[in-house]
Amino acid sequence: MAKRKSPSLQFLSASFVILWLVLAIFPFVWTFWGSFKVEADFFSKADWRNALWGTRTIAETGDAFTAAGYFGAWIQEEFWRAALNTGIVVVSTVAISLTIGTLGGYALARSGYRYAFWLLMVALIFRAMPHITLVSGYLPPFFQWNVWGELPTAIIVLVAINQPFTLWMLHSFFLNIPRDLDESALIDGCTRFQAFRYVIIPVMWPGVITTGLFSFLLAYNDFTVTALLLNQQNQTMVPKIASFLGSTFEAGNVMFAVAAVVSVSAPLFLLVMLFQRQIVSGLTAGAVKG
Amino acid sequence: MPHRTFLGFIFAPLLAMILFIAMPIVSVVLQSFHIEHEQVVIQTETCGPFGCTYSTAIDTAATEQLRREQPLGRFVGLDNYLDRGHLAADEVQHAWRTAGSIGAFMTQLMNLPFYNALAFTLFYTFTVTPLVLVLGFAIALGVNNLPKLLRGPTIFGSLLPMIVTPLVGSLVLFWMIDAQGVIGKNLQLLFDSPNLSLKASATLTWVTLMIYGVWNSAPFAFIVYYAGLQTVPQETLEAAMIDGANSWKRIRYIVLPHLAPLTVFITLIQLMDNFRVFEPIVGFAAEAHATSLSYIIYTDLRSQITRFNSAAATSVLTIIGVAVLLTPVLIRTWRDFNRKRV
Repeated sequence: MAKRKSPSLQFLSASFVILWLVLAIFPFVWTFWGSFKVEADFFSKADWRNALWGTRTIAETGDAFTAAGYFGAWIQEEFWRAALNTGIVVVSTVAISLTIGTLGGYALARSGYRYAFWLLMVALIFRAMPHITLVSGYLPPFFQWNVWGELPTAIIVLVAINQPFTLWMLHSFFLNIPRDLDESALIDGCTRFQAFRYVIIPVMWPGVITTGLFSFLLAYNDFTVTALLLNQQNQTMVPKIASFLGSTFEAGNVMFAVAAVVSVSAPLFLLVMLFQRQIVSGLTAGAVKG
Repeated sequence: MPHRTFLGFIFAPLLAMILFIAMPIVSVVLQSFHIEHEQVVIQTETCGPFGCTYSTAIDTAATEQLRREQPLGRFVGLDNYLDRGHLAADEVQHAWRTAGSIGAFMTQLMNLPFYNALAFTLFYTFTVTPLVLVLGFAIALGVNNLPKLLRGPTIFGSLLPMIVTPLVGSLVLFWMIDAQGVIGKNLQLLFDSPNLSLKASATLTWVTLMIYGVWNSAPFAFIVYYAGLQTVPQETLEAAMIDGANSWKRIRYIVLPHLAPLTVFITLIQLMDNFRVFEPIVGFAAEAHATSLSYIIYTDLRSQITRFNSAAATSVLTIIGVAVLLTPVLIRTWRDFNRKRV
């Protein structure tokens, strides 16, 4: 179909895609480049082109590139601690979400009773709940039980908030695995759990990996839950960046935030590069099933 | 699958959802009807030779005890909902009586924090969602026309705005549109007005936030539409072409109807996600000109004296908003479900 289009239309559509790509990518390239400059270049008080050549950076540090922002953020402001916390929160959230989510998603896909449909509907409503309304429900009891601020609290909450989405996605993946597979295992004398363990688990990995990626993104990108449920000591990366902004007026601190922003984005870029196919299939999994 | 086995499998996720999604909603509703106990004051009378003086002191022990015995606080009914920070019943009535015109009434209404936040949230949701659909579809058509080899890298680049942390994405744009950032500076040169700042005016702040919203969500619509385009039946397209339909007509009468279920899906997800708009307001430091429902709950929770009850009342109002948004979808699903059973 593409070949039969008129050349002018082809040209127009290609330039539109290029324009979109510039809009999508340029901000990140610019910020990455700018993170190795000093503030006076990144926010060009005199001329925006200073950021390209690093005029002020050379004047201040003697070199066109400086890692001062990264040093300030990671060492001086202890961003490494936040990175460690993020690591713990994200890995635990993904592991627990997937473990209980696959069991639940499998049951929903195979039940056939009416209540399975209703559970999915309830999960959809739960998915629509703005996270901050849930957080305002957590805070008073968490203060009272003295569990506020701890990493496990945030992990459990993130797992729960993740569940509606995880269930939907895994449920639609399990629907694609033929029923005959586990039913023949049942006829051969397996229990449901054995059928699940020995027949379904070996073939479900693509779906689980895709769902895991999205759980990862939800936990990694979260600001609402981690900003309000963790104390200073246990802060994760995203709220930590927000806290850099609070002290913007101290010289150089903006560059800490810029460096931190680049540091947070880097793993995500890597993720997209490695798992592009799975992310695309995950985004469409829910859609294809309606 | 027997009920018992089903329960065994679903137990853990169900428990997690009941404890950490259903219970908090109950907790929020309960909190919204209460207010924290006032401090217990004791009045003491000291009588000396020159008469008696009264002094009041806070009875810390009694206050503590009262708060411990009734942790929810004092029941106040709908007071939290009707106060100035929420539905502002008195202020709205006053404005209605005094304002001469609808315009003046709206201006007064917009000065009330809840209505201001509601207006932005709704405006944002219903502007960004259609724009995301249109832009996403346009990109999908464009990428579909590209040679196969170029599609992979294009998809990679397109995914970035969506995949990146919302707070980070908004900060990246915020620094660029700063009066001294690369876009802000060049806009000043372009319009030849050295004082132009996108942050100073309310309108420009709204526009900026919405541009961010579209930039952030368009990739999602693009990917879903792009996957849908691969399933458009080629025979129908070719038949239409033989009948003399141009590309616009083929899109209008074949592709769009074929993708209608995807449009419903994207709209649903976008309505849910845009209604909770929050991080961009933090990232763009836009709270002076634009607040959303989620944002005012956040400020209540982050203020020096945490106003749980106020936050709870706003939360309940937000949840009601979500329910209203979802009702058409739920009714539709319910009908589909019943039709399938018959």
